[in-house]
Amino acid sequence: MEASHAHAHDDHHHAPTGLARYFTTTNHKDIGSMYMWFSLIMFFVGGFMALVIRAELFQPGIQIVNPDVFNQLTTIHALVMIFGAVMPAFVGFANWQIPLMVGASDMAFARMNNWSFWLMPPAATLLVGSFLVPGGAAGSGWTLYPPLSIQGGISVDMTILAVHIMGASSIMGSINIITTILNMRAPGMTLMRMPMFVWTWLITAYLLIAVMPVLAGAVTMLLTDRHFGTHFFNAAGGGDPTMFMHIFWFFGHPEVYIMILPAFGIISHIIPTFARKQLFGYSSMVYATASIALLSFIVWGHHMFTVGMPAAGNLFFMYATMLIAVPTGVKVFNWIATMWRGSITFETPMLFAVGFVSLFTIGGFSGLVLAVTPVDITLHNTYYVVAHFHYVLFSGAIFSIMGGAYYWLPKWTGHMYDETLGKLHFWLTAISFNITFFPQHFLGLAGMPRRIPDYAPQFTEFNQISSIGAFLLGFSQLLFLYVVIKCIRGGAKAEAKAWEGAEGLEWTVPSPAPYHTFETPPQFH
Amino acid sequence: MADMSATLAQRNALMARKLLIIAGMMGCFGLALVPFYRQICEVTGISQSRIVAQSASGSVDPTRDVTVEFVASNSNGLGWTFEALNPIVQVHPGQQTTVRYRVVNTTGHRVVGQAVPSYAPSQAAPYFKKLKCFCFDQQTFAAGEARDMQVVFVVEPDLPTDISRISLSYTFFDVTAESGGKS
Repeated sequence: MEASHAHAHDDHHHAPTGLARYFTTTNHKDIGSMYMWFSLIMFFVGGFMALVIRAELFQPGIQIVNPDVFNQLTTIHALVMIFGAVMPAFVGFANWQIPLMVGASDMAFARMNNWSFWLMPPAATLLVGSFLVPGGAAGSGWTLYPPLSIQGGISVDMTILAVHIMGASSIMGSINIITTILNMRAPGMTLMRMPMFVWTWLITAYLLIAVMPVLAGAVTMLLTDRHFGTHFFNAAGGGDPTMFMHIFWFFGHPEVYIMILPAFGIISHIIPTFARKQLFGYSSMVYATASIALLSFIVWGHHMFTVGMPAAGNLFFMYATMLIAVPTGVKVFNWIATMWRGSITFETPMLFAVGFVSLFTIGGFSGLVLAVTPVDITLHNTYYVVAHFHYVLFSGAIFSIMGGAYYWLPKWTGHMYDETLGKLHFWLTAISFNITFFPQHFLGLAGMPRRIPDYAPQFTEFNQISSIGAFLLGFSQLLFLYVVIKCIRGGAKAEAKAWEGAEGLEWTVPSPAPYHTFETPPQFH
Repeated sequence: MADMSATLAQRNALMARKLLIIAGMMGCFGLALVPFYRQICEVTGISQSRIVAQSASGSVDPTRDVTVEFVASNSNGLGWTFEALNPIVQVHPGQQTTVRYRVVNTTGHRVVGQAVPSYAPSQAAPYFKKLKCFCFDQQTFAAGEARDMQVVFVVEPDLPTDISRISLSYTFFDVTAESGGKS
């Protein structure tokens, strides 16, 4: 940090210092760091809510929070984790890495980049602050289904406004990312020679531009139903609550892939580095990512098999959903083939990547189970679904974020992180994650519904195992915070190419990456 | 790459404009889903909210029995009692049947309600023809008023044979505020 400060002063005499630097910065590395810190803070906020939920579920009956507050916690936990933790983390990676990876000096629209970030804290404040208004936060679930979201109090309006602001931020961020990638690549870097992380973000950014406006439209209609006498979803006036579900999930399913495609990109860098082999099947990886993105637009109905669609509709959404397993399988097999006969070492990023490949695949398979309409009709709204999406989001998205952070921390800070503590963090996380979420499969199969603070006594043991795992998992993440702070403050000096097997333009600049890089575009070979 | 003479800033601005247009088009697409959805429901006959009188067609099929269940519920905050007086009836397809619902306004003030029907299974909806129904209009009840209301219906003979039981649920919504001067 000190070094980069000094560097900034040498180069730019009028760069503000202290807090003002972060309010006014247009530097992609500063903004990337702010996104990462914001994401980590929101991760702990959302994690705290999850622990209150798990504490309540430790025993049957109502002990800690009343059912209203429980519903509010599940709603805001999800919104905070999705829009506050996972998405900003990937945008943080994009800000730091895309200019470094394509050899650009900064993002295409540096000022808009600053604005994209500074929209996030007010939105998060609205979201989390809604707990303090009369009636408490929105309790409709993160999907904001009517009629609950029409009946709710002022907190629903705050949530809708927060979603609008975060959507605007995402669209601006996406415009920035696409323009940077398409217009500012180093000479010689053709599209099919771009690093995988850049490819996955290019596709993700298009998904964001395609579906964020649809979500904005849906929540705007909710708002007018609530306050301006329209009847889009209000059955009393001839509206249809089911229509909200269709529009919401038209956004919601691509959103799921928005949260996993950049993860695929990060993993596609870590595995080749530590297997010391080229990524197996680069072009099939690109096509698989694009296929997943395209398919994501025609599978939304699998979130609502139980609303009474015609059998033909159910069948279409079932087969379309199963089809996604094909490109996803291509990616998983490519990662395994990359490791096959490689000279593998298991530093912390590689541990997270291997953990990702194994555990994400479990989540993928439980998703395939849920894709089968008759099975889903039984399992809909049970803990099986909760287990499924935590396997793809925690051991998918979050594992890749953790792995990516360990992988690029030497480049960002100039220091190697503490490898022993990093490995300890991985093992604590991986083990407690499975203690937390694996029993939830059994709970769901046995019929325990999600989003309910109480449960029948026969579910007690598995819930207690899950809650103990959750507390272990939550507190293990404090170790991550400690490792990151320790790495920023000092540690072994990182070389420009911090990992023996690493490839890419970002490893050609010194560590820590100077405040300004690639002022003249590098030649890409 | 088409225009090499343009500066990077110009090319970036052009790209941003194109992407903004895509975002705007997707916003319009999201709003267009509303009429599109209604159209789909109309065409496929799964519209749950058809509230206009229809005429019956076809003859009675005495060889088939269909069980029709009637359910009554109030939406949040509607302070009256609402019950189905004939909760289960056996009908032959094509046979015209009348059932009654009763509302007692237990509140101390005038209430205007609108009932919205919902079918299970939803595939039965197109075959369930209502000749007369209290759900066609808003219903006004003075304070303390009690009234019985009719549903006259026919289940069409071409109802798919795998459906032998239909549930029809009415939910009453309080529309007093919106009905305003009308009473």
